[in-house]
Amino acid sequence: MELADLAAAGPWGHQHLLELEKLTAAQLTTVLDLADKLNTATSGGRERLNLLKGIVVANLFFENSTRTRTSFSLAARRLGADTVDFSPGSSSLSKGETFIDTAMTIEAMGIDLVVCRHRTPGAPHLLARHLRAGVLNAGDGTHEHPTQGLLDIYTIRRHRGRIAGLTVALVGDIRHSRVARSNIHGLVKLGARVIVCGPSTLVPQEIRQLGVEVAWDLDEILPEVDCVNLLRVQFERQRGAFFPSIAEYATLFGMNAERIRRARPELLVLAPGPINRGVELTPDVADGPHSVILDQVSNGLLIRMACLSLLVRERQLLGAAR
Amino acid sequence: MTSLLISGGRVIDPASGRDELADLLVLNGSIAAITPPGSTTPPNTPGIRYINAAGLIVSPGFIDLHVSLREPGHEEDECTASGTAAALAGGFTTIAAQSDTSPVVDSRSAAEFIRLQADRARHCRVVPIGAVTKGHRGEELAEIGQLVLGGAVGFSDAGRPVANSEVMRRALEYTRMFNRPILHLAIVPELAEGGVMHEGVQSTRLGLRGIPAAAQDIMTARDLALAELTGGRIHLMSISTRDSVNRIRLARLQGLKVTADVTPHHLLLTDDVMQSFDPLFKCTPPLRSRDHIDALITGLRDGTITAISSDHQPRALEKKQVELDAAPCGICGLETALSVCVQALILPGHLSWPQLLHLLTAGPADILNLDAGTLQIGRPADLTLIDPNATSLVDATNFRSRSRNTPFHGMTLPAKVRAAIVGGEIRYQTPDTPLPTLT
Repeated sequence: MELADLAAAGPWGHQHLLELEKLTAAQLTTVLDLADKLNTATSGGRERLNLLKGIVVANLFFENSTRTRTSFSLAARRLGADTVDFSPGSSSLSKGETFIDTAMTIEAMGIDLVVCRHRTPGAPHLLARHLRAGVLNAGDGTHEHPTQGLLDIYTIRRHRGRIAGLTVALVGDIRHSRVARSNIHGLVKLGARVIVCGPSTLVPQEIRQLGVEVAWDLDEILPEVDCVNLLRVQFERQRGAFFPSIAEYATLFGMNAERIRRARPELLVLAPGPINRGVELTPDVADGPHSVILDQVSNGLLIRMACLSLLVRERQLLGAAR
Repeated sequence: MTSLLISGGRVIDPASGRDELADLLVLNGSIAAITPPGSTTPPNTPGIRYINAAGLIVSPGFIDLHVSLREPGHEEDECTASGTAAALAGGFTTIAAQSDTSPVVDSRSAAEFIRLQADRARHCRVVPIGAVTKGHRGEELAEIGQLVLGGAVGFSDAGRPVANSEVMRRALEYTRMFNRPILHLAIVPELAEGGVMHEGVQSTRLGLRGIPAAAQDIMTARDLALAELTGGRIHLMSISTRDSVNRIRLARLQGLKVTADVTPHHLLLTDDVMQSFDPLFKCTPPLRSRDHIDALITGLRDGTITAISSDHQPRALEKKQVELDAAPCGICGLETALSVCVQALILPGHLSWPQLLHLLTAGPADILNLDAGTLQIGRPADLTLIDPNATSLVDATNFRSRSRNTPFHGMTLPAKVRAAIVGGEIRYQTPDTPLPTLT
C-alpha cells in the first residue's frame, strides 16, 4: 500500500478525532474501508508498512490502560511511525503541573499526533485547543471512545457485510459508558437499529434523543437482535450504588448459555473488554461460537492504523512540507 | 464637593415610575433637582461640570446583591480594589460583598475589614454580607449580632448551602430580630456532588455528570417551608429552575417573606454550550435548558424574581485552564452584566428598560433594605449613565477585574455603561469615549 492509496481513500476532513458524534456516515465508511485495505496490505496487521515514516505519535495516557495503549503503539509502528509513551497514570495535577503544561511539554519534543486517554470528559478537546498536534481521543471519561466504537462497528460489518438494517443491543452501564456513546453515534448514522438495555439507574431516559430505543428487560429484546455488545460494568466510575449486587446484575443482564439458546442462531456477541467473566457474560459464552471478542482486538489494530493515517493525511504531514 | 448638571438624558427611576427626558442637577454630591430638559438655569456653583446626556439613559446606580471580592485569602482571583473597579465599569455603585473570603466573614472584625478596604479603594460603595454559620461549616450560627454591628446587611454561606434544616430554621428565627435576610444558594449538596452541568439530554450526550433541576427545587421547597414556619426573611440566590420559580411565586402570593434573584448568564446561556467542554461555562447552579430559562423570564416579568445579580465569581486563569471536573465553578460577571441582560431580555422584547433597571436598582435595594436605588431629591447622587444603542465587543483582557473567566469573551453585545457616579463624583467613564460636555 502506497501514499497514493491513502490519498485515494474516501472523505475525512478532521484535524482531530475527538468523537464519533461529529463524523458523517461517509466519513465513518472511509475509516471502515481503509481498515479493509490495510488488512489486505498488512496481511491482517502482521506486516509492516512505511506509510507514516518519520511521524511521531505520543501516547498520553492519564488513565491506566494496557490494551488500548498497546493497540495504538502497535498500529503506529506497523505504519512505520515512531511512538513515545507517556503515562502519568493519573492527572498530573497532583504534581502541581497542569494537564495542558504536561501535553505542551510532550509536544515540544516534536510530536505530530497525540493519542490521549483521560478520566475527564472533554480533556482531549481541551488539548486540541491548546496543541498544534493532532489529537486522537482514546477514551475521555464517560463521554466517547471513538476507536472502540469504530472497531465494534467494523467487527460487525466484517461478519455481517453491512450495518444498515441490523439490530444491535448495547447492554449494561449505558450511563457511564464511553463505548456506548461512540457505538450509538456510529451505528445510528450507518442505519442500524440500536437498543440500549440495562438497569434503569444506568440507562438514562434522555438517551432516546440520540436515536436509540430503551429496554430494561434483556429477555424481551433478545429474540430481535442481531448483535449484542456487553459493556463492562464500570465499578470505578459509579458513584454510590446503582444496583443492589453483582449477582443480581448477572441474573438480569448477564449473557449465559440459556439466553444464547433463546437468541437468533447467528447472534454476534461483542464485549469491549476487559471482561468480567461471570458478570456480563459467562465463560462458555465468552469462548463460544457466537463470541467475536478476540476479532474485536485484532480489528482494533486495523481501525487505529486507519485513523492515524487519515489524521496524518488531513494534516498534510507527509510529502513536500517535511 | 462635586456638582453636576446632566442634561437631556432619558431619566429612568423605576421606583418612582419616572421615565422622561430631563435634566438632573447634582449639588454637593446630592440630587438637587430633576427638571424638564433645558429649563434648569445652571447655578453659579464653582467647579460644576456639565454633561450632555442626549441619547443616554440616566439611571439610579446599579446594586449587586452578591459579589465575591475574594479578599482576604484569594487575592490571586480578585481584591477589593480590583473588584470594586470592575463593579463601577459594570455600572454598579453599590455591591454586597459575599462572605466567602478566607477566613470567611463570620466575625465583626472581618466585616469591618471589608468596609475598610472598600473605603481605601474609593470606587463603589460596599456593604458586607456576613456568614450564617461559623466557617461556613453549616453547624453553628455565626455571631450574627456582632456582624450586624460590623455593618452586615444580610447573611449567607455563599456557595455552601446550609444543608441542615435545623440550623437554617434557627438562623431564620435569629435574624428576624435584626430584620436582615438570609441569602441562600438553595441546592441539595448530595444531588449536586460531582456534577459539572445541568442534567438532561446534553449531559447524557456528553457523558458529563449532571445536576438535576430537582437539586434546586427540593431545597427551595424546604426553604419556603422554613420561612413559613419561622416568619424569617429568606432570599434565594441564583434561581435557575422552572419549579423553583413556580414555588416562589406561590409563596409570595401567600405572603411569605421570600425574594429571589437570577444571574445574567443563566438568562442567556443554555446547557448546549457545554458541548465545548469549556470550564468557563461551569458555574453553580449550572446553566440550564431553554424551558427553564423561559420560566425565569416569566418570573422576572410577573414580579416573582425582583433582582438580577451578577454573582461575580472571579477565578484566576490557571484555575480554569484545567479539566472540567477539576475546574472551580464561577463566572466573572460584573463587567458584562448589563449587556448580557439587554441581549437576553430587552432585545427579544421580554422587558422594557424601566423593568430591567428596576431589577438592577430598586429591586435589590428593597431586598437588602438599602437607602439607595432610586432618584430622590436630597439623596446622594449614585447614578449610572447608559448608552442603550451602543454595542461592544467583550474583551476580557480589558477587564478591571483581576480575573478573566468570562464565557462572553469575543462576543459583541448591546448597550454600554458610559459612566458610574458615586455621591456626585464621576468614578468611572468609558475610556474610549469620554462623556460629552456642554460648554
